[in-house]
Amino acid sequence: MNETDLHFFIDSTVNYFEEVTNEKATAGIPYIKDNEPVVLEYTGIIGISGKRKGSIYVTTSENMLSTIAKVILGLKEVGKEDIKDLVGEIANTISGNVRQAYGSDFMISVPVVVEGKAKDIKLPDNIQSFVIPITWKDFKLFLVVCLE
Amino acid sequence: MKEKVKLMIVDDSAIIRQAIHKHLKDFDIDVVGTAEDGKVALEVFEKTNPDVVTLDITMPEIDGLTVLEEMLKINQNVKIMVVTALSDKSTGLKAIKLGAKSFLPKPFTPEKLRSSFERLLD
Repeated sequence: MNETDLHFFIDSTVNYFEEVTNEKATAGIPYIKDNEPVVLEYTGIIGISGKRKGSIYVTTSENMLSTIAKVILGLKEVGKEDIKDLVGEIANTISGNVRQAYGSDFMISVPVVVEGKAKDIKLPDNIQSFVIPITWKDFKLFLVVCLE
Repeated sequence: MKEKVKLMIVDDSAIIRQAIHKHLKDFDIDVVGTAEDGKVALEVFEKTNPDVVTLDITMPEIDGLTVLEEMLKINQNVKIMVVTALSDKSTGLKAIKLGAKSFLPKPFTPEKLRSSFERLLD
């Protein structure tokens, strides 16, 4: 992973928020993930295979997901199932969109969703992981990228 | 009286299925089926014989491009709009080459969805 790779993921994430909510998200400075867990209330995980191998996950709060889901559906209230579904869809969209940079040999899995604050998300030990903090409105989302 | 367009929505995300339904509701459509994976999609397709399908690619069981080919074997006149996060050019070209009439990358705005759908119906 290098700076260019990180930019692909930042651009993909920022674009997601702009297209879906019409409001900009901002990316903080990426950092190397250490042993400190990076897990919020809902996490969507995508496995990567093909030209690059590894995992990508998006983790955020129920409040953020609920706010985005209300925008998408134009509703005043949304259910837990919609919130859970949405975190997987965000992870899927961000990962799928970076194929514009990496090409079609960047294969993504269907999302796996983890509900609740797990101890941490297991990532391959032998690959360095980067954390990209994202802010949208007053909400925080972390994108964790672990790619060979 | 002109018959409504029979629409089927295929996506493993429930929120995307709901969003597509909501944003297309002003068209003269009847949503005859939805599916959350490729296997169910083919079963529902055979039962409901839709005129138009919105079809995701990354799905459990059977991927969307395989589903696309199978649907066209069953009914070569069905109009299929691929709606996917796999937004690279080669995936778009592959979908069109396999017989999709339209390709809409996610994330999409309601306006982009409606204009793609309108062109599909023309």
